[in-house]
Amino acid sequence: MRHQRIAERVWAFVRPYVYIAPSLIVFVLFFLYPIGFLVFLSFTSWDLISPQKEFVGLANYLELFQSKEFREVVRNTVLYTGLTVGLSLVLAFFLALWLNRKSGFHRIVQGAVFSPHIVSLVSVSLLWLWMMDPQYGLLNAILTGLGFPPFPWLTDPETALYGLVLVGVWKIVGYNTLVFLAGLQSIPREIDEAAMLDRASPWRKLVKITVPMLSPTWFFLLVVNTINAFQVFEPVQIMTQGGPVNSTNMLVYFIYENGFEFFKIGYASAAGVVLLVMIGVCTMIHFWLLSRKVHYR
Amino acid sequence: MRSVWKGLEYLALGLVALIFVFPFVWMVLTAFKSPREVMRFPPQWLPETWQWENFVHAWASGPFLTYLANSAFVALAILVLQLVTGIPAAYALARYRFRGKKVFFGMTLAALMLPPQITFLPVFLQLSRWDLLNTYWALILPYATSAFGIFLLRQAFLQVPEEVIEAARLDQASEWQIIWKIMVPMARPVLVTFGLFSFIYHWNDYFWPLVMTNQEHIRTLPVGVAMLKESEGGVSWNLVMAGNVMLVLPILLLFFVAQRQIIRAFVYSGIK
Repeated sequence: MRHQRIAERVWAFVRPYVYIAPSLIVFVLFFLYPIGFLVFLSFTSWDLISPQKEFVGLANYLELFQSKEFREVVRNTVLYTGLTVGLSLVLAFFLALWLNRKSGFHRIVQGAVFSPHIVSLVSVSLLWLWMMDPQYGLLNAILTGLGFPPFPWLTDPETALYGLVLVGVWKIVGYNTLVFLAGLQSIPREIDEAAMLDRASPWRKLVKITVPMLSPTWFFLLVVNTINAFQVFEPVQIMTQGGPVNSTNMLVYFIYENGFEFFKIGYASAAGVVLLVMIGVCTMIHFWLLSRKVHYR
Repeated sequence: MRSVWKGLEYLALGLVALIFVFPFVWMVLTAFKSPREVMRFPPQWLPETWQWENFVHAWASGPFLTYLANSAFVALAILVLQLVTGIPAAYALARYRFRGKKVFFGMTLAALMLPPQITFLPVFLQLSRWDLLNTYWALILPYATSAFGIFLLRQAFLQVPEEVIEAARLDQASEWQIIWKIMVPMARPVLVTFGLFSFIYHWNDYFWPLVMTNQEHIRTLPVGVAMLKESEGGVSWNLVMAGNVMLVLPILLLFFVAQRQIIRAFVYSGIK
């Protein structure tokens, strides 16, 4: 009898750990441990073949920051992220204001705008690569049809990154729009009505009420979109392979190329750590915002 | 006057919808064209005769049945595993007090924000040491639990009133029974939401299968479709788009059927 009681109490103590154990094991094996391993690898030189991983200290990082190619990669990643996030947020905000109605037609448009978001980025990349084809592509056909000169969407190092930005914005803007819509619908009715009574102009209402009321949504989308854009890979790999002349090469593709094509594991890992730091900073900002938001509710 | 404005507004809305939907229409139209029609400038809108055999050719240009089966199997296996591992973990986080709970929950949140694009290199090396590259394990195991799923389910389990659980305990239900007979049925909408999210995400995933596999028998549909582009002697856009239709259509059909749940699944994947 007593033994049974003790067994029960032990089990009650252990049970939560048993329940989280499977998830915990997966986290440790495929999340925690790999991050440690990544940092370790970034201090070694390794070509995947030789049995020894030689410790080289900060050499990989020094090589990275002295490399013109890598500086361009970071520049491209930051530029791509800034443009994609900025454009898609502003566009999405106005789209959400416009689409914020309950009619069936508005719903259909919401669905249409959102549809690119759930489709594979591979499809999206292939689709736009075809539409941006310099000779037979639809986009240049439309441009020349309207009397404009054709545009070098992906072939000119000066402009190729903008081609990828266009694709990135097209893919994400619908998601942002729907998050903004969710935010708009959570603004209390009374505030709107009070503004009406005060005869506030629509513009004033927008600047003084709607935008500030949505500030948690703005920050949330800013952080999530930024983290998302830092990891862009498919459009780079499928549409441009980083070219022409490195003008669209971005961090994940750079890591992939150095790791899997040039077998410079340590060097690629150091670039991985740079990405980890960039995303880590965004994540911390996100948590900080989350905790603040929870606070004032 | 008012109705004129309204008409104009609807026209403009239609135009916006077109910007987002038309590329898919263009994809389908291209998939039905002959090679000669694809290489025409300015492009012609409709194919003269609809080339159904493009799909046959695209399908036959690689082991597409294998790709398709792999994609479906991997996405489903991941979902099932995520539920099996995530449900008890979410229950423990929602209903028990224990040491280390905060640490684990914080880790879950951090994992939510850190993408696989960061860890692929070390995971690749580890899996290669275990000799698991080019196996289903490499595609499935790293996703065997989902931080997002745990997070979402924890929220749902927190909503279940304490009295329901007390009543079940009085009826001698074991904790395990409480999870599967009470919590899970009550969290059904959340489970559907998460299920759609997870399935679509892994059906679409390209990066992980690309990095973890290099043999055709194990590769998934997105990788197969992307490889259609690599044909010798120039890209056959009609075939690439035919492959693309195979990849996109199931998701768009699913979206058509369950639009509301899917939007909720994706939009709330971050917010809550």
